Amino acid sequence: MAYLEGKLGWALLLAAGLLFPLFTGNDYHLTVMGTAYIFAIATIGLNLITGYTGQFNLAHAGFMAVGAYTVGILTVDHGWSFWGAFALSGVVTAFLGYFIGILSLRLKGHYFSIFTLCVGYIMFLVIEKWEGLTHGTVGIMGIPAPEPIGAIRFDTPLALYYLVFFWLVVGLWAMRRIVNSLLGRTFMAIRNSDELAESLGINLMRNKTLAFMLSVFYAGMSGGLYAGYVRFIGPGVAGVEHTFDMTMYMLIGGLGTLLGPLLGALAMPWLTQYLQFLQEYRFLVFGPILVLLVIFVPHGIVGTYLGWRARRAAQGGQHAQD
Amino acid sequence: MLKIEHLTKRFGGLAAVNDVSTTIEAGKINAIIGPNGAGKTTFFNLISGVHRPTSGTITLEGQDVTSLRTDQVAHLGVARTFQTTALFDMASVLDNLIVGHRLRTKSGLLDVLRGSSLLREEERICREKARDALNFVGLSHLENRMAGDISQEERKRVAFALALATGPRLLLLDEPAGGVNPDETQGLADLIRKMVQSGLTVCLIEHKMNMIMSLADKILVLSYGEKIAEGTPAEIQANPAVIDAYLGSEHADA
Repeated sequence: MAYLEGKLGWALLLAAGLLFPLFTGNDYHLTVMGTAYIFAIATIGLNLITGYTGQFNLAHAGFMAVGAYTVGILTVDHGWSFWGAFALSGVVTAFLGYFIGILSLRLKGHYFSIFTLCVGYIMFLVIEKWEGLTHGTVGIMGIPAPEPIGAIRFDTPLALYYLVFFWLVVGLWAMRRIVNSLLGRTFMAIRNSDELAESLGINLMRNKTLAFMLSVFYAGMSGGLYAGYVRFIGPGVAGVEHTFDMTMYMLIGGLGTLLGPLLGALAMPWLTQYLQFLQEYRFLVFGPILVLLVIFVPHGIVGTYLGWRARRAAQGGQHAQD
Repeated sequence: MLKIEHLTKRFGGLAAVNDVSTTIEAGKINAIIGPNGAGKTTFFNLISGVHRPTSGTITLEGQDVTSLRTDQVAHLGVARTFQTTALFDMASVLDNLIVGHRLRTKSGLLDVLRGSSLLREEERICREKARDALNFVGLSHLENRMAGDISQEERKRVAFALALATGPRLLLLDEPAGGVNPDETQGLADLIRKMVQSGLTVCLIEHKMNMIMSLADKILVLSYGEKIAEGTPAEIQANPAVIDAYLGSEHADA
């Protein structure tokens, strides 16, 4: 299997994403996949603070909404181009994330989660009530599609699909660099035990804040893409159910693994599509699946596979010595 | 190495450490003993910056470290282990150790995103330091083993290796032989001697008296947060106040 995890594996994954439109005849499937990519970007970001750094952030959808509204407000109310607004969406979100981070990261464990749950709800309320800025419950309509770059136009589902796919690849590439580096190891040491990490000379507050800012930067960017993709946003973007969806994606794929959140974020929307006939009752299927997964596959699909492989490698190493 | 003067820590009305003055002597094995709840771990937490003392000063080779944070103290060369060793069980032993030398590296987010040569060099150094430390504690053969699959005694050794990877001058060991059998305790005692021979200073908390009496150069005895005795193992064994604290006053005269 090793060859599947090296460059070849990534190339196959990239090819699958590039060729996906050839195998699906209809725009609806492209839109489902494109939306899944957008949430995958946000989930990959959430995984950095929750999965790798061990701080269970429940305000993530709020930050995604900040990115989406940055694009919505700047383009519709201030006449910015999509690209200019999109470039700011991650930055504005990370800037806000800094202040929320230095406040909330003083708390540990469940207290941090409860605090961020409240922060997320406050963000939702601010968006819903501050009509002067956000258009309130009406939402922002008529967000322009991304302007053409040279000959590439972004007015078809196919072009938009490739646009979000491009950012997914960039996001995954950057995250791979981060988590495989000393910086990633620093974050994981904090998840593992913050008192041990601190005794190893790791500045907890600085590193947790950095992880938080990077995490919400992803959320903001994905929100910005969402605004340009769907071209209509409402306060619902900040809804806590989006955070729970993304948390579910992470758990299913594997908390603290690179590909886990991607797998979960891509698989679950398709499962949802197939269970559409059950309407709201489909949660009767999701609920037990999630419970069984948490009990029997606590490290998620990717996490379980990686554990199995590492164990095999360790045993293989021993045989070599015997 | 470390000079402690009139150190006091109060939690509400309780003085967990009360007016303790002592020195931790360079190149020696300094032990702290005392009954449960005597304030030993609090004492460690004060030295390593987890808690701020209510009063008193701590001086590391002439530098006042009383009000520094844990990570700052670690940068100055004070490493510690804990009673229970938190390792990431889903990763290999070596992977667990690489972060140990992180505090001596500089690469930040930009280096990571650019994949700079500084980052590559520092990652190589961290890996090397991790291997050296693992080799020092005698576990090179477990490098690729999952941390969750090793024994309690091996976990203790990995914890030592993690502390060693930080490049310390002073090593604080909190119950290094807790929960391991007598044979293994002997092995860990040998390892602690080896650390001191290599130029480190060790300060340890331990309950296993046989180990302490044969290992320590100097013993500090705490009881109810106060220093009741200090000296060589022979002096401590003959000290009536120590016998009193451990066995009760009716034995003190015997």
